[in-house]
Amino acid sequence: MNFSEVFKQTNQLCKVSPDGKYLATCVQYRLVVRDVSTLQILQLYTCLDQVSHMEWSSDSLFILCAMYNRGLVQVWSLEQPDWHCKIDEGSIGLVSSRWSPDGRHILNTTEFHLRVTVWSLCTKAVSYIKHPKACQKAVDFSRDGRYLALAERRDCKDYVCVFVCDDWHLLRHFETETQDLAGLEWSPNGCVLAVWDSCLEYKVLLYSLDGRLLSTYSAYEWSLGVKSVSWSPSSQFLAIGSYDEKVRILNHITWKKIAQFEHPAILDSTKATVYKEVEKRPAVGSDEMSLHSITIGTTLFNTQSKYEISPLPVQIPVVKPDPDRANPKIGISALAFSSDSRYLATKNDNMATAVWVWDMQKMSLQAVLEQTSAVRCFQWDPLRPRLALCTGNAKLYLWSPGGCVSVQVPAEGGFQVQSLNWHCSGDSVILLGKEQLCLCYMDTDQEDK
Amino acid sequence: MFSFPRSDVKCSTEPCSNLCRIKNGFSHVSLSLQELSSFGLPPVWTAGGGSELNIVAVLNCMYDLIQLHRRGLRTLENMEVEQLKSNSNVDFLQLSTTRLKEQLEISKRENTGLLERERQLQLKVKSLQNCLKNEKEEVQKLQNVIASRASQYNHEMKRKEREFNKLKERLNQLLVDKKEKKQAIDVLNNIGRADGKRSLWKTEKTEAKHEGEMYKTLLSDYDTRQRELQLENAELRKVLQQMKKDMVSILSSRKQAAKGDKHEHGGTQAASEEEDEVFDSSKDSVELYCVHAREKLTNSIRLQWRRLKSHVERLDSQVSSAQTSESKTADAVPRETHEEEMDRLKLEIQQCKDFIQAQQQLLQQQLSSPCDEETASLLSDCYMLQEKERLGDEWKTLEEQRKIFERERRNFTEAAIRLSHEVLKRDLVLKHDLRKNDRLF
Repeated sequence: MNFSEVFKQTNQLCKVSPDGKYLATCVQYRLVVRDVSTLQILQLYTCLDQVSHMEWSSDSLFILCAMYNRGLVQVWSLEQPDWHCKIDEGSIGLVSSRWSPDGRHILNTTEFHLRVTVWSLCTKAVSYIKHPKACQKAVDFSRDGRYLALAERRDCKDYVCVFVCDDWHLLRHFETETQDLAGLEWSPNGCVLAVWDSCLEYKVLLYSLDGRLLSTYSAYEWSLGVKSVSWSPSSQFLAIGSYDEKVRILNHITWKKIAQFEHPAILDSTKATVYKEVEKRPAVGSDEMSLHSITIGTTLFNTQSKYEISPLPVQIPVVKPDPDRANPKIGISALAFSSDSRYLATKNDNMATAVWVWDMQKMSLQAVLEQTSAVRCFQWDPLRPRLALCTGNAKLYLWSPGGCVSVQVPAEGGFQVQSLNWHCSGDSVILLGKEQLCLCYMDTDQEDK
Repeated sequence: MFSFPRSDVKCSTEPCSNLCRIKNGFSHVSLSLQELSSFGLPPVWTAGGGSELNIVAVLNCMYDLIQLHRRGLRTLENMEVEQLKSNSNVDFLQLSTTRLKEQLEISKRENTGLLERERQLQLKVKSLQNCLKNEKEEVQKLQNVIASRASQYNHEMKRKEREFNKLKERLNQLLVDKKEKKQAIDVLNNIGRADGKRSLWKTEKTEAKHEGEMYKTLLSDYDTRQRELQLENAELRKVLQQMKKDMVSILSSRKQAAKGDKHEHGGTQAASEEEDEVFDSSKDSVELYCVHAREKLTNSIRLQWRRLKSHVERLDSQVSSAQTSESKTADAVPRETHEEEMDRLKLEIQQCKDFIQAQQQLLQQQLSSPCDEETASLLSDCYMLQEKERLGDEWKTLEEQRKIFERERRNFTEAAIRLSHEVLKRDLVLKHDLRKNDRLF
């Protein structure tokens, strides 16, 4: 594993182009485009203000930079650096901005979610979509880029609008049986739309592309409900993570629950392997504690760690959430399927140091990774069943069915990995710190237990 | 109360019989006098005092005796009365004891009944307490739910209120602001569409086209799903068929070993099975898609499975009955020997493994260790050494034999030559003799 040198970035804005060739980073109000393999700077653009959101167009030719506090969006072209485009939302403000799948339209959500403006870069035409809903996930494009599903709230009722991205024609508009729609997501095959209610009511609705209600699923009443939802890449399964610390899996044929994954604090009788991260404190002798090494800080702060297989029974540390606060830190907040739909990684918020990996073929627990600090981010390799995770320290952790490994990020001054992103080829991982970024190249498969 | 012999006190119609019969003699009188004195009465006649009786004393004695007698009678009466009283008391007590015993019985029964009721009530109390606990827990849970919902609602309300306030502020600001910044887009030049085509006007045709495309997508998805399900179905059907065949074969092989009385029953079953088999094998797989054929398959599978299950259950019961009939030690011994066997085998395996490892190590050593020319040359043919030596020995023996043969051959040839010479000589001699003879005759 090779690590690149550390570069600066702000706001965790660092994205690889969809074709995998370029890496775009925002540093203050500048946009830096590098070549992924050599990390040489190819282009440098200057925006009018600090960038809040940055996104590549689907054909990797344009980059969108949105400045929410100024209400501006600037679009840059990679092929023609002189080309410029500026969208000013004016007094109406800007809350979110995104590309359409064809890479030629920009959808801006105004402040207070008054409307969504669709700007065309081909014709400078503008379309408006009224009454967009302000919720966790109100907008989703289907994977093939043909349809847009948008949640709408009108007269205290929830609706879903399905637009054809070609010409923004409203294909379907139907009311949903939700109390307060919290999110919607297309299945990867683009034929089913999953819609879920806010946490006050456990309800997941499945609509067909043409607006027919296919099924309703509600596991229980009254207690706090759905926290996270994820489709498997094969569209066979829908995983629903809820506040009762369980994940329920629905199948795409009957839309009924076929499995329920529980996250108990004590693991007793399971065939899963429990990997526990153990820190190896380096034995620092008196002669090593020189001023030089202290100032560099490498030996003191970068403790090595490795994984040990814990024998059962294992007790996972639980942090009870404050019962009086809203959105309690309990329940399954993160769900991710591997690219072959074989594995599902979950995280239970009151056991924040553990990541659970489930085998979808056997429908049982495959492994539990217990880290020394709370897990901040995990993501599957886009091609292989390999999971990368980080816990806010200077290490990158990898799990694969063969085993687990903990890799120290060799950066001076302590690099705290706060989030990570895989490159679309699965050959490298981009590690983002507070204001730094670093690339980790996987050249060989090094895994040891 | 003192008792005195009744025979001596005749209070009947002969009051003075004892005394007046003088003829009885002196002894009677003295006896009577003794008796009087025993009563504590003064003597009425002394033996030496003349024959005249003291009439006064006698009368006094008589009076005393009568008094005594009366007293005795009274006492007797009293005692009889007392006895009657005590008898009636006893009766009364007996009656009361029986009554009390009955009462005791009744109260004991009542007591047990009450104890039973108390026990039942205690159980009820316990179950009610449990229910109460459960209800309390439920209430607590619901309260928690209510609390979390309430905090969620409050949070949402606050958020909405904050947003509303922001909106109000913005509205105020906009009303105050003279200049309204309009939305605008500033592009250097229009860029072409990603797919290079020209954009179309929105017409009914395009709308219909979109609808059509949407339904096409849905249909193709359903198609693929149906195809996948068909394939899965075919696989499962194949598996079921295979299972059925296996089950039938297992059961039929068992049936051959079955008893004679089952033969008929088995015969009909076998016949039906054969019929089934023939039926199924003659069917084309396409026909199995028909509902009836599917049902037939599943029903026959169920039937076979039931038979197999009953067979296995029978075997199980046989085994268990056999086990119970044997002694416990006999039952335990096979297991012990089995375990011993296992241990022995394991040990053997370990030994073999070690041996193989040692061999491997030696081989590795040999291949990797450098050695000098001499030993190399020596070692180069080391495997064949024994063979070579043996061959050499054999060669030697063969050589010796060859030499012997040679020698013998030579001897034989020499002998043959000598023999031939001798034969020739004899020939000559004979001829000479014959010629001589000829000449003579």
